[in-house]
Amino acid sequence: MTLMFDVGNKVAAKAVQMCKPEVIAAYPITPQTVIVEELARFVENGELDAEYLCVESEHSVMAATCAAASMGVRTFTATSSQGLAFMHEMLHWAGLSRLPIVMINVNRTLGPGWSLWPDETDSMAQRDTGWIQFFVSSAQEAFDTVILAFRLAEHHEVQLPVLISYSAFTISHTMMPVEIPEQDDVDAFLPPFKPYWRLDWRNPVTFGNVLSDEYHMEKRYTMHLGMEAAKRLIPDLGREYEQRFGRYHGGLIEEYRTDDADYVLLAMASVGSEAKVAVDNLREQGHRVGLARLRVVRPYPDEDLRRIGRKRKLIALDRNISVGSGGWMYHETRSAVMGVEGCDVYGYLCGVGGRDVTYEDIEQMALKVFTGDARPDVVEWWDLKQTGGN
Amino acid sequence: MAIKDLPREELMHPGAGSCPACTDLLTLRMTLKALGPKTVLVTPASCTASVACGYPKTPFGVPVLTMAFAAGGAAASGAVAALHRLGEDDVNVVVWAGDGGTYDIGLQSMSGAMERGTNFIFVCYNNEIYSNTGVQRSGATPFGAWTTTTWKGKVDQRKDMPAIMLAHRLPYVATASASYIEDLYRKVQKAASIRGPKYLEFHIPCAPGWRFPMERTIEMGRLAVETGAWALFEADDGKVEFNLRSKQILDGKTQRKPIEEYLELQGRFAHLFRPERDEEALAGIQQFIDREWERYKQLAACGMSVG
Amino acid sequence: MERYTADTTISYPCDGAAGRTGGWRDFRPVIDLTICIRCLRCWAYCPEGAVLRADDDSVSINYDYCKGCGICAYECPKKVIAMEREE
Repeated sequence: MTLMFDVGNKVAAKAVQMCKPEVIAAYPITPQTVIVEELARFVENGELDAEYLCVESEHSVMAATCAAASMGVRTFTATSSQGLAFMHEMLHWAGLSRLPIVMINVNRTLGPGWSLWPDETDSMAQRDTGWIQFFVSSAQEAFDTVILAFRLAEHHEVQLPVLISYSAFTISHTMMPVEIPEQDDVDAFLPPFKPYWRLDWRNPVTFGNVLSDEYHMEKRYTMHLGMEAAKRLIPDLGREYEQRFGRYHGGLIEEYRTDDADYVLLAMASVGSEAKVAVDNLREQGHRVGLARLRVVRPYPDEDLRRIGRKRKLIALDRNISVGSGGWMYHETRSAVMGVEGCDVYGYLCGVGGRDVTYEDIEQMALKVFTGDARPDVVEWWDLKQTGGN
Repeated sequence: MAIKDLPREELMHPGAGSCPACTDLLTLRMTLKALGPKTVLVTPASCTASVACGYPKTPFGVPVLTMAFAAGGAAASGAVAALHRLGEDDVNVVVWAGDGGTYDIGLQSMSGAMERGTNFIFVCYNNEIYSNTGVQRSGATPFGAWTTTTWKGKVDQRKDMPAIMLAHRLPYVATASASYIEDLYRKVQKAASIRGPKYLEFHIPCAPGWRFPMERTIEMGRLAVETGAWALFEADDGKVEFNLRSKQILDGKTQRKPIEEYLELQGRFAHLFRPERDEEALAGIQQFIDREWERYKQLAACGMSVG
Repeated sequence: MERYTADTTISYPCDGAAGRTGGWRDFRPVIDLTICIRCLRCWAYCPEGAVLRADDDSVSINYDYCKGCGICAYECPKKVIAMEREE
């Protein structure tokens, strides 16, 4: 074990290097670029034995990655925001192809107008593509989740691609100390990839020809079963990871001081780490409040939320927006806990478009619920300024 | 190369889903004869989806990676990289795209793969329309042609895609025709023998899309060459040589037939002849072909540095 | 062939992937072998591979899959292939 002190992107790139992907395709976009720059350097220096493709767009990145994975090799890429949106068609392709691609997305606000700051809408808008989705809130969690993600994606019960998201700058460009394990231990946890299908001239199959309605629903159903298996395997593999490496970041959800809580904040990514500070401060003021930090949103942690939500008020802090509907976490949580005894879900849209969400903001949002000044059926836009015109 | 010398082995199984007289299928069949079984096809959305027809069966005797419409070139780059990792550099990776997947939606990805130096063959089988979606206009559709998005005839000229590919400084660029099958076969084999990115474009008449009797499909391709609407040439490391009938035309040994002989047999140009002749349009098309051949002369003289 | 366990769109090669496509035919090609010169143009230009080439380069039609397009008859230099209306 060694200690690394560096920005989230470089830490993530180190994890990818240790997973030994064989083909990496990349296209630059801020604030992800450091990851693919670092990987390019590893490949050029001989520190990573892989094919590195500089492709001409993100759509092509995912096409090249899908094609490489279809030939039966381990693949990785990274993107952000507009890039992820441009990939959208190919994300469905990867999912329906059951290809265990791992990708990092650094959450960045979608334009126009151009913005570099974190907002989860880019990832959340891909929630129906068949990708398992992690949101991580520290460089160490990013490192560990990359290694776990390959193992999970390549598990025979899963066979689905994995997207790992973290916040622009607050994670991607912030220096944090990270424990780096030995390569032998990573190799033992993550054996070489054995594909469940591949294109091989000795066994000439056609992939992806016309699939009639007689068969299509079942293909989606088995993807769904893969997601259900992931619900079970994420905590299991997490515990196995803990036994080998000594760290566990939670299953689908990391629970923080929820044991005797009357109120539970729901948050993801860097809002999730900020919310821990808010919980500590509110606890000091005597409020019985905890945090459920959603590490995984696909598969959605319905069962965990039903357990956590029993006789409690949940406060969803969404840094994403489905315009015309609201925050995704709020809506999906309401749907998950429907009929759960004594559970109300309160919703805030906060930090949408990358505006900073501080622990003080989170404390104020929580207090508004505690004092009865918020209603569970009305989602509030936090810190909304005067609107109208330019 | 004579017809008798074409290999007997068939890598396409009979009973594919394409229309009768399909030149996509014909040229696939010949291409696979030329390449043999150590081949992976990448097929962006196109009529080839109809050839491949329905899960869980396929007529293809080589592996096929169906691909999104825009992504043929990029997928080839990924496949070649993976094959390299697997120690299988001797496998041919061939993108098999229609003119839509080449001239239009596939252009960026193809250009990228060429610039990246991907060791593959990009085949554009050009039937001058989006035929699988029901005969819509593409960037390869010639001026004046009726399509279901140009009901009065296309008002723009086609692009010159082989010239765009020459500008990528590829080691091999060639045009061929479904109607000159030995020439097509030779060019596929030649492309496979060269490392790096190769571009082949096959002119393939489409009976239902161009509206002519299907038994005349091969004749239609011949007429395209004989009238100069299509030219057969190859550029080996940038040095351009015209082939067969097109060479005779270029060298002045054969006259081009008037373009009308080609147009009047096709329903897609019927409005240029009936109820009355559109003299202006017909003369314009002939002038366009004449100008094309002036350019071809320069191309033959200067190679890829032309323009 | 090896069957893959992945539950995605994997298809395996076989004759008649689109069924017995000979059933699409309106006209059937009939070859008069007595005047055939075995030039193999019909074999080369049949899109379907439905003209069968024997070891001695004599040809015959695979009616299971011939779609009846008539290219073989039109391209035959000796016009030895007749297109006869199906019953």
